Amino acid sequence: MRKYLLPLLLVLPLATTVAACGDDEGNPNALTVYSGRNEDLVGPLLERFEKESGVDLEVRYADTAELAATIREEGANSPADVFFGQDAGALGALAKEQLTAPLAQSQLGKVDERFRSPAGAWVGTSARARVIAYDSREYQDADLPQSVFDLTQPAWKGKVGWAPTNGSFQAFVTAMRKIAGEDRAKAWLEGMRANGVKTFDSNIAIRDAIAAGEIDLGLINHYYVLEAKAQEGDDYPVDVHFTKAGDPGSLVNVAGVAVLKSSEKQADAAKLVDFLLATEAQKFFAEETKEYPVADGVAAPAGVPPLADLEQPDIDLSDLDDLAGTLELIESSGAL
Amino acid sequence: MGLALATPLRRRIPPPALTLAGAACAAVVAVPLVYLAIVIGDHPDAAWEALWRERTARLIGRSLLLAAAVSLSASVLALTLAWLTVRTDLPGRRLWSVLVVLPFVIPSYIGAYLFVSALGPGGVIAQTSWIFGFWGAWLVLTLFTYPLVLLPVRAALRRLDPALEEAARGMGRRPFVVFATVVVPQLIPALGAGALLAIAYSLADFGAVSILRFDSFTRVIYQSYKASFDRTGAAALAALLVVVIVLVVIAERRIRGDRGRTRVSPGVARAATPVALGRWTVPALLFCGLVVAVALVIPVATLIVWSGRAFAGDPDWGRLLAAAGRSLATAGLAAGAAVLVALPIALLSARHPGRISRVLDTVAQTGYVLPGLVVALALVFVGTRVAPWAYQTLGIVVFALVVHFLPLALGSMRTALLQVPRSVEEAGRNAGRGPLAVWATITAPLAMGGTLAGAALVFLTTVKELPTLILLAPTGYETLATRIWSQSTVSAFEAGALPALLLLAVSAPPLFLLAAKER
Repeated sequence: MRKYLLPLLLVLPLATTVAACGDDEGNPNALTVYSGRNEDLVGPLLERFEKESGVDLEVRYADTAELAATIREEGANSPADVFFGQDAGALGALAKEQLTAPLAQSQLGKVDERFRSPAGAWVGTSARARVIAYDSREYQDADLPQSVFDLTQPAWKGKVGWAPTNGSFQAFVTAMRKIAGEDRAKAWLEGMRANGVKTFDSNIAIRDAIAAGEIDLGLINHYYVLEAKAQEGDDYPVDVHFTKAGDPGSLVNVAGVAVLKSSEKQADAAKLVDFLLATEAQKFFAEETKEYPVADGVAAPAGVPPLADLEQPDIDLSDLDDLAGTLELIESSGAL
Repeated sequence: MGLALATPLRRRIPPPALTLAGAACAAVVAVPLVYLAIVIGDHPDAAWEALWRERTARLIGRSLLLAAAVSLSASVLALTLAWLTVRTDLPGRRLWSVLVVLPFVIPSYIGAYLFVSALGPGGVIAQTSWIFGFWGAWLVLTLFTYPLVLLPVRAALRRLDPALEEAARGMGRRPFVVFATVVVPQLIPALGAGALLAIAYSLADFGAVSILRFDSFTRVIYQSYKASFDRTGAAALAALLVVVIVLVVIAERRIRGDRGRTRVSPGVARAATPVALGRWTVPALLFCGLVVAVALVIPVATLIVWSGRAFAGDPDWGRLLAAAGRSLATAGLAAGAAVLVALPIALLSARHPGRISRVLDTVAQTGYVLPGLVVALALVFVGTRVAPWAYQTLGIVVFALVVHFLPLALGSMRTALLQVPRSVEEAGRNAGRGPLAVWATITAPLAMGGTLAGAALVFLTTVKELPTLILLAPTGYETLATRIWSQSTVSAFEAGALPALLLLAVSAPPLFLLAAKER
């Protein structure tokens, strides 16, 4: 037996490889999309695009920031035609490296200028709002604070949950730094800690803890609650509260798309951008992922106020790329 | 006298063909180093600025402390388990010898997550806060890396001539004292190789330290990429990590010194008479049981419970099985390729120790200490510029995996070659056989145990590797590890439990082969 082992170990995987590779024939005409958005979320939508446009897609799913770093290393040789990213910071980073092609005015014009690159390097495709999720068995919307800064008050001691490792939370802290200044952001983080804030490792864990009655409030994205309501029914005991206009607690961030300058398939790439901004895709975001549509004319998902009613803090989303400073701040406050 | 301690090795000049082959293999591994040099060379000022901070010194101190603590505790655990499963009459030791290696197949990010679920805030078993930070990282990394030490140590122990220890026992010394004073010194090359791997693993790990919030080097490198898209700063820190590991390799070599101990005769190890544990049987069983329970049974049971929902939800078995096949293929190819690439370097360093072999060996160690993301991005950079035809193919994935995990094969193979007695090879030559024939009929079969251990380590590590696969594999080439990643990022971590279980299943056959081979 012994002397056959090594050859066996070598041959076995080779055989499996041949079998495994057979089904992955590349199509040279396909449009290559690097998607930082998860396959389970946007896969069905991209399949619809293939059917309707006749353009084949090859989609590489990975972490948004890792894909942005990859495109940067690939430079002019990037196989990617389109980058579909989860947050504005990564899109902004590619734009700063001048790797993106300018989008058409007809595309940019569909989206409020708060949710796209000022230079037209990328455009938002859907939006998510930071909210205070709360236990609706215990509270009414009117009982809740107008600003996240109020959560450091004794009334909320030990009742709030957050997820400092979460990307959306960190973007919110970055926004807070920009709006209120470093010192106030730091004081808020420390104040929350002193007020017994409970730490979770994800938005979902926070939502579930509220539903279980473990905590009363949580800082999360709006769609986690809407998803649970869609699954569990309207008597699901968690609701969302928006802080007052301009407060970082209701920051609206986007997922968005950019076309790469190095792509030789600009026409097909433009078709995909058009598709993502058209009614069908925008409705998909509202209905399936419970995000805010950002292009004209499609209503917000049920259960949240329309996007126009949320007054975005005065901030350029491309500037949310200074996460390093935020991480240092979060760490120095002891929250991480 | 069956053993010649510190046999002086003749420092012959290696054959040029071997040196050339060794250099070519080391050049493969140097790809990330070239990349780091290019990135840093682009913006030397920014790189210097990223390094020259007070934080950097603290980072080095913290990371080295963790690595040292992990490798120490992993070595103690591995030595004890190796002795119990090889040299004693521990009941069921065949089974134990498989079980105690299995924790290695659990990816550190899953292990860390499970420990946080069990012991963190809101934990199922207890609610503690020490799980975050140094102690949690130390515990989790120890539990999931000790097999890195155990495998080479056990392979060496099985090949060790029991004559000396039996003689010592015959003189009335107690088994444990014999083990500590007679056996352990002979295991130092294997132990050193394993401890080095544990150190490098702890330095390079990202998954566990990020979940356990221990601010290590790797975590800062990742943040540099992910949070500020700053590749120069990340490259500078990664280069510093390479310097650190080179220093550790040199230190390990100093400590190991000239202890390449070689058994002169007989050609094949005689079975050792097992030590009767007697009244220590129950504590020994409890010890093995505790390790297996904490590092294997509880994690696996948790995964099974979490998978329950996925089972009920009628998972896409075709897709999962295809992913399992790809995991198997990728890891198997990587293991085979790593063994081939490691061979010339291992031969040089075991048979012709000298400056050349030392340099090649050191270069080969550097890939392992770099975070997976850095290795993957290096191959992205080089691949798109030098070999666009190979970019995003299985070929470049295997290449990257070899660059990253070569030391896993190298350590075991070098140790195995060191244990093949030169005199037996020379006897073969004197009998009129050519060097290749001697190698094929004498050296290779005798070194097979260590080689297989090395291949198994590479297989078990690459099967759970994430960034390399995600960034370099052909589009749509989904493996179990990438499936775990994509499912657990979209919803709760628990969603990835089913592919995680399959990952363990895929990892089991090489382990059982290995255990069967060890007889």
